[in-house]
Amino acid sequence: MSNPPTALGSALIEGQPSLRQITRDVSRPLDSRPSKSWFACLAVTGSALAVGTGMVAYQIATGIGVWGLNSTVGWAFDITNFVFWIGIGHAGTLISAILLLFRQKWRTSINRSAEAMTIFAVLCAAIFPLIHMGRPWLAYFVLPYPNLRGPLWVNFRSPLLWDVFAINTYLIISLVFWYVGMVPDLATLRDRASNKIKKFAYGLLSLGWDGSARTWVRYEKLSLVLAALSTPLVLSVHSIVSMDFATSVIPGWHTTIFPPYFVAGAIYSGFGMVMTLLILARSAMRLQKYITIRHLDYMAKVALLTGSMVAFAYAMEFFIAWYSGNPYEQSVFFENRATGPYAWAFWTMVICNAAVPQTLWFRKIRRNVAALFVISILINVGMWFERFVIIVTSLHRSFLPSSWTMYYPTVIEVGTLIGSFGLFFTCFLLFIRVLPSIAMWEIRELVGTRRPDSGEDG
Amino acid sequence: MRREFVLATFSEEEKLVEAVRQVRQSGCKVYDVFTPYPVHGLSEAMGLRQTRLAYVTLVFGLLGLALAMGFQFYAAVFDWPVDVGGKPANSTLAFVPITFEITILLGGLSTAGAFLLRTRLFPGLRPRLHEEGVTEDTFVVALLRQEGSNETDQARQILQDSGARQIRERTVQ
Repeated sequence: MSNPPTALGSALIEGQPSLRQITRDVSRPLDSRPSKSWFACLAVTGSALAVGTGMVAYQIATGIGVWGLNSTVGWAFDITNFVFWIGIGHAGTLISAILLLFRQKWRTSINRSAEAMTIFAVLCAAIFPLIHMGRPWLAYFVLPYPNLRGPLWVNFRSPLLWDVFAINTYLIISLVFWYVGMVPDLATLRDRASNKIKKFAYGLLSLGWDGSARTWVRYEKLSLVLAALSTPLVLSVHSIVSMDFATSVIPGWHTTIFPPYFVAGAIYSGFGMVMTLLILARSAMRLQKYITIRHLDYMAKVALLTGSMVAFAYAMEFFIAWYSGNPYEQSVFFENRATGPYAWAFWTMVICNAAVPQTLWFRKIRRNVAALFVISILINVGMWFERFVIIVTSLHRSFLPSSWTMYYPTVIEVGTLIGSFGLFFTCFLLFIRVLPSIAMWEIRELVGTRRPDSGEDG
Repeated sequence: MRREFVLATFSEEEKLVEAVRQVRQSGCKVYDVFTPYPVHGLSEAMGLRQTRLAYVTLVFGLLGLALAMGFQFYAAVFDWPVDVGGKPANSTLAFVPITFEITILLGGLSTAGAFLLRTRLFPGLRPRLHEEGVTEDTFVVALLRQEGSNETDQARQILQDSGARQIRERTVQ
């Protein structure tokens, strides 16, 4: 009897663990008391979060005049962070939805934590437009609800409003997908819960899951439907984010290449973050058996592909700027970006996003955990600078030379960015303590009940 | 209502699928099978119908599409038209992104909701027929005992012969 998924499964998961062993390995962090290093990490991320909370409270109380913005550069740090975090989320959806549609079995070990990462990243991202409103308590104005002002509807033609819909839909659908994917595992945790609190919480969340074959059939259909919906959704989200820029008339923003360029960049940066997190998590949680070198290798290949697409987009932007003969476009690319006062940011971006990932052509580097970790950090740095370069260098020298100026972030803005990292990593640290960070039922399906010693081909 | 069940426990999916197939061939109905992960070939062995869940996605997705496009059209053309440089009020293309998002949102949420309704899952519910290990490494075949028929006993013998680890009877109120 041939069973290809099992054959591949045994190669993807090391050491042929039994079904019981899988539960034990994955839920070990949930059973034991947190280690000292976990508390140390939480102290660091919690402090960062506290700094960020203080900064956000201050800037909301005082007004966004505390930022380094001026009348020329009206968008800078805040929008950079927003686009950065939204992009980070995209890898999670790629892994959970697109790779599911493509039947890529290696996604199994990493999809749960990547999806969690998506949700935390979107939460981080959502903070920035909210603060940017200046009066976040009026945020509900962006929703088209019947009101006493006419009713005056929101501007459905504005890409900023498209963003509101895209990001909220993305957050909701990602949450549903993540939670639905977790229900069978929550039932496993419910059934092995040792104390009352756990029994109650997992019992509540597992919805009375009983593993019925009829439920499984519908469950798999639901997963497929959600994957099929999330795939165009994730592509639309960063396309719409890019339209915040592309539908304007600012040289450097007004380009048709933006939607695919942003989507590729988003997936690239997201894979950078997934690698950073999983390289740390797999060794901290002793899950090397499940998140193997092979998984890292595959992720590195996706980073190489998307990184190359980003590099191509950089080159194409320059080519079109030159080829269009448009002096404003040429000025943005050749004078403001490559050689202007922000050239250091531009070249940081080019080195991190176009040059560094090219090292991933080498198998030795893809399979070297330390090298991958460094590369993944550089990817994150590079992609943050990409957004900074796109936003600030296109604005700081506007059409009138008399309004040319420089933008520098203030302590408040940097503190807010640090705070968003704090929020992201705090959420992730809590997640790995209370929820199964690997989809146990999917690993079970991959490994199956066939043991190598049962005499059949595994 | 008192219902008596025969519960057979398996530890290998291949034996389970084969046992279910034989039980059905013998003419006995399989009440349900509980597994720790989706076992491929099981729904065919049980003779389950294809789920119609995706139709819910289609219907509600189309509803979302119509609602979003209709509402934006109503707001921009009838309720509060804004003259922007003499451009037509009905700028359908600009309504596409929001229409797309609402289509996805309604399609996804309705499918998840329909799934919960159809599979009778709800926060805080306890599973009724629940055997130890069924969410971990145990596969359970459940047969509902029919009054005045020996079909269930025949099926029980089949389950026994096809490698069940344990068979027991259980009454559920």
